[in-house]
Amino acid sequence: MSLAYGLITGILFGLILQRSGILNYEKQVGALRLVDMTVFKLMLTAIVVGSIGIYLFKDLGVITLSLKATSIGAQVVGGLVFGVGWALLGYCPGISAGALGEGHVDAFWGILGMLFGGVVYAIIYPAMKKYIISIGQFGKISLPQILGINHWIVIITIGVLTALLFVYFEKKGL
Amino acid sequence: MKNKTLNPYIAGVLVGILLVLSVIVAGKYLGASTTFARGASVIEKTLGIDYSKFEYFTTKKGKYGPDSLPNWQLMYVIGIAIGAFIASILSGDFKVQSVPDMWKDKFGSSSVKRGIVAFTGGAIGLIGARLAGGCPTGHGLSGLSQLAVSGYIALAFFVIGAVVTAKLLYADRRR
Repeated sequence: MSLAYGLITGILFGLILQRSGILNYEKQVGALRLVDMTVFKLMLTAIVVGSIGIYLFKDLGVITLSLKATSIGAQVVGGLVFGVGWALLGYCPGISAGALGEGHVDAFWGILGMLFGGVVYAIIYPAMKKYIISIGQFGKISLPQILGINHWIVIITIGVLTALLFVYFEKKGL
Repeated sequence: MKNKTLNPYIAGVLVGILLVLSVIVAGKYLGASTTFARGASVIEKTLGIDYSKFEYFTTKKGKYGPDSLPNWQLMYVIGIAIGAFIASILSGDFKVQSVPDMWKDKFGSSSVKRGIVAFTGGAIGLIGARLAGGCPTGHGLSGLSQLAVSGYIALAFFVIGAVVTAKLLYADRRR
């Protein structure tokens, strides 16, 4: 059943992304070149809606959080390395699957590259664990936890800041 | 004949709802990059390489090893391609294209050149994503929806790395 849920969720995600017209290099790299904010508008809206839903159902006891552990070393170094690859390929991992579905052949080469990257990462993992992931480990922590305030204050604040950013995007015609 | 595209804010609301439903119904937060690392272990196993000599494929009870597939996330990633294929066929957007237009304007129409850079970018990107512990879906969408500290740091540095690289790639060479 888990496999079926995965497939259905993926198909719906692919349908939404394709219909919003962001599964192409121009939209993706246009966002990274800061000339077309469509991708960021979609993503940030999804994050705000997602955070409201996730914390609402968590408060109701329906779901549990699944936080990824914080490691300053891993997220800073890994983040920068990912960013370089993201800009070169022009698609992030999830988007490349969708871009392939829309007929973009370069996404296929990117997916092969990612599989190769998986092989390389398995080889360098012991060194990464020892020298990079070990830097600044804080475990599975959330922003409300470290700020010591109620999560709804954080969600509302982020929601307002995101809305202001959207107003700026629309004013600038981005 | 291209249909009008979906407004990004409406699409964002739909994606947010999809994430929440996925967590409620299947208990799964959205993510994509781990599938490619797992896929790598399956390829090594198929080629007869002793994958177990790599700690990464045996750590956390084989979470990233070949026996973890097929799983929810693999089907999710395949589903994205299927969903995009169906929608692009129905809307008339489907088009086999080797070199994107924006790339062509700057770097020429060589599909080999574009393919090599795409492969290299994919490899670098996946190494970075696995080191960071996720991609813009896992760390970005799922992480930030949970207000995870790891998500904010990762997404910030994803964007910094990508924006700087994109600026350098598309910098005006005449200057």
